[in-house]
Amino acid sequence: MKANCWFGTEDLRVVDVPDPKILNPRDAIIKVTSTAICGSDLHLYDGYIPTMQKGDILGHEFMGEVVELGSAVKNLRVGDRVVVPFPIACGSCFACERQMYSLCENSNPNAWMAEKMWGHSPAGLFGYSHLVGGYAGGQAQYVRVPFADIGPLKVPDGLSDEQVLFLSDILPTGYMAAENCSITPGDTIAVWGCGPVGLFAIKSAFLLGAERVIAIDRIPERLRLAREKAGAETIDYEEQDVRDTLNEMTGGRGPDACIDAVGMEAHMPGPLYAYDRIKQALMLETDRPMALRQAIMACRNGGILSVPGVYGGFLDKFPFGSIMNRSITVKTGQTHAHRYMKPLLERIQNGEIDPTFIITHRLPLEEAPNAYKMFRDKQDECVKVVLKPHDGVSGNGSPRYAGM
Amino acid sequence: MTIQEATYPGGVITQEQTSTRRDITRSSQYSKSSQDRFARKLGWFSIGLGAAEIMIPGTLGKMIGVRNHRRLMRSMGLREIAAGVGLLSQNRPADWMWTRVGGDMLDLALLGAAFSSDRSRKAPLAVATAAVAGITVLDMLCTRQLAQAIYKDVHVLESIGVNRPVEECYRFWRDFERLPGFMHHLESVRETQNGRSHWVAKAPAGMKIEWDAELTQDIPNQRIAWRSLEDAVIQSAGHVQFDRAPGGRGSIIRVSIHYKPPAGEIGAMVAKVFGEEPSMQVKQDLRKFKQMLETGEIPTTKGQPSGREALQTSTTRNGGRL
Repeated sequence: MKANCWFGTEDLRVVDVPDPKILNPRDAIIKVTSTAICGSDLHLYDGYIPTMQKGDILGHEFMGEVVELGSAVKNLRVGDRVVVPFPIACGSCFACERQMYSLCENSNPNAWMAEKMWGHSPAGLFGYSHLVGGYAGGQAQYVRVPFADIGPLKVPDGLSDEQVLFLSDILPTGYMAAENCSITPGDTIAVWGCGPVGLFAIKSAFLLGAERVIAIDRIPERLRLAREKAGAETIDYEEQDVRDTLNEMTGGRGPDACIDAVGMEAHMPGPLYAYDRIKQALMLETDRPMALRQAIMACRNGGILSVPGVYGGFLDKFPFGSIMNRSITVKTGQTHAHRYMKPLLERIQNGEIDPTFIITHRLPLEEAPNAYKMFRDKQDECVKVVLKPHDGVSGNGSPRYAGM
Repeated sequence: MTIQEATYPGGVITQEQTSTRRDITRSSQYSKSSQDRFARKLGWFSIGLGAAEIMIPGTLGKMIGVRNHRRLMRSMGLREIAAGVGLLSQNRPADWMWTRVGGDMLDLALLGAAFSSDRSRKAPLAVATAAVAGITVLDMLCTRQLAQAIYKDVHVLESIGVNRPVEECYRFWRDFERLPGFMHHLESVRETQNGRSHWVAKAPAGMKIEWDAELTQDIPNQRIAWRSLEDAVIQSAGHVQFDRAPGGRGSIIRVSIHYKPPAGEIGAMVAKVFGEEPSMQVKQDLRKFKQMLETGEIPTTKGQPSGREALQTSTTRNGGRL
C-alpha cells in the first residue's frame, strides 16, 4: 500500500510499504477513505517532536471501512464505516474508566520513554512519535487500529466523510477546549489561533453559552472564517496590541477564559519572538510559548486558561507567578476524543454544527508532502487539507485486500 | 549461600523505602570498575617482575639477599608471568587475582625459609619481605573488591496499580506457568510437586539458565513468596504482595525479586540477562501483567508497516524533491 512517511524535518515521502496486519485480538484493519493533515502534524514536519524515526507513517485523523477484525472485536463488522479517534484507549484501565481516554494506562508500548520525558505516560497516539507509542498512522491506504472495540465510531448512513471526519480529532479538541472553560452566562472567551481547532473552539464556546468570543490571529482568511462562519469578534495581532484591545473590550477585567489553540510553534511580532525562535532552534527550549504567555497575562483574575495547543517539553519565561497570584485555573490535555464523538455526531446530525466549513483543499494522498508545506506556510489560503488515499490510484492499492 | 528474602511492611511505601530501593537498584548494576583497572596494573607488575626473575635471577637474588637459587627464582618468574597474562587477558580478573594471592603466600614462605638459612643476608631480606607483605595486602584487597563488584546481587522492588480485584491478580500470578507470558527473561516455569517448580531463564546466545524453586509462602489473595532450592545453580528469592487499593481502585501489586548470581560463567550470564537496569525490566514485566489483566492482550507495534524498508530500496520521492 501507499503511505505518507516521515524521513526527517521537512522530508515526507509517499512510499510503498507493507500492508498492516492484525497483531492482537482487539485489532481491526481499516481501509482509509478520508484522512486529514492536523496542525499538530506540522510540529512533526518541522522536527520539533522528539523520538520520530525515519519511515514512520504519519496521520491521526482518519476514517474508513472495516476490512478485517481481530477475534475479540465483537461490536464491529467487516464493511462498517467508522471514524477513528486519535488516542488509542483500552477502555478498562483507571483512566479510561474515568473517561480520560487520552491518558489510557495501557496503550503506550513505549511508556518508559514517556515516563523519562514527562514523569508518567499518556495514551498511545496514531502516527505521533515513539514517545507516544510509535503507532503507524492513518495517512495511508490502510491502517491497523488497536482496541478497535473501544475507539471507532460507526457512521450512520446519509452522512458524508467530510461531515464526520473531524470527529477523529479537531472537532472534539475544539469542543473540549471550550468545555474546559466552564462557561457561564455572560462569559467572554478569547481564542488564540484561528486554525481548525480555534475555529471549532469558537463554535463550541457559543454552543456552550458564551456571550462573546474574541478570536486572535493574523491570517486574513482565518480571521474572516472566525467572523463569518463562527461568529467571533477578531483581533489581528499584527495590527493591534492584543492585551490593550482585550482590556478595552472587557472593561479592563480581561476575558473570563482564554484558549491557546496555537501551541509550541507560535509566532508574534517583536524581539521576544526572535529570542524564543533562537532558543528553540538551539534546543535550549523545546517550545516557543508566546501565545500561551499572552493568554495567561490577558486572562481575568480567577479565570480559566484552556490549552488544546500541543506542547512538547520545557518552556522558558513561563509566568507562573501570574497564574498563582491571580488564581487562574489551567485546564489542558490531549483530547479525550472518545468522550465527545457520539454527542458531537448528534449535533452534526441535528445541524447544530457543520464542520465542513473549514475544508479548503481536497487532494490525493500522493500530494501529502506538498500539502504539508502549503498548510505550514499558509499558502493558497489553506486552512484544512483532506487527503483521499484511494483517489487517482489504479486498483485499490493493496494485493492483500484486493476486491474489498 | 542462601539468601534471606527481604521483607517489607505490607502497607504504604514510605519515602525511606523508596530511597532504599534506588540505592539497591544502583548498586546492582555491573560496571567495569576501578578494581578492574587496578587488577590490570597488578597484571603488568606480575609480568615485569616475572621477566626480571627469569632473565636476571642472580642480580635479583643479590638484591634481596639470597644466593644460588637461580632455578627456583626462574620458576617463580614463570608463575608471575602466567598470573600476569591471566589477569590481563581474562574477563574475570577475580579468579586470576587468587593466583597472585597464592603466589604471594609462596613468596612469603620462601622468604621465611631464607631467614633461617645462615647463608642469607638479613637486612635486604627484611626489606624484600616487607615489600612482598605489602603487595600481598594489596592483592587481597583487590581480590575481595573484585569478587563483590562482579557478582553483585540483583535486587529489585517495583509496584504497579492494576484495575482488577486482588483475587483475580493473585489467581493470575499464582499460575506460575503463565509468568513467562509477561516476564521478559523467563522462558518457562513448570510446577512439579509439593509447591516446587522448575524455572528456565533465557540467556544470551541461545543459552539457558535452569533452577528449581519452592514456595515459601502462599496466602491466597495476599502474598506469594518463593525461593530457589539449596542446590540450585542460581540463588533466587522473591515475593509478590497483593493489596486492595483504596476506594475501589483495584489492586496494588508489589514485587521483590532477588537473584544472587554465582561466581563464574553463569554469574556473568545472569548479569547479562538482567542488563544494565534490572529495575526497569521488572517494571516493564509488571506493566505487561497489568495489560494482560486489564485488556487481555499486550499492546504492541511489532510487525506493523513503516517506510523503513523503502529506505533500503529505491524510493519514490514526492514533494517536489525529486
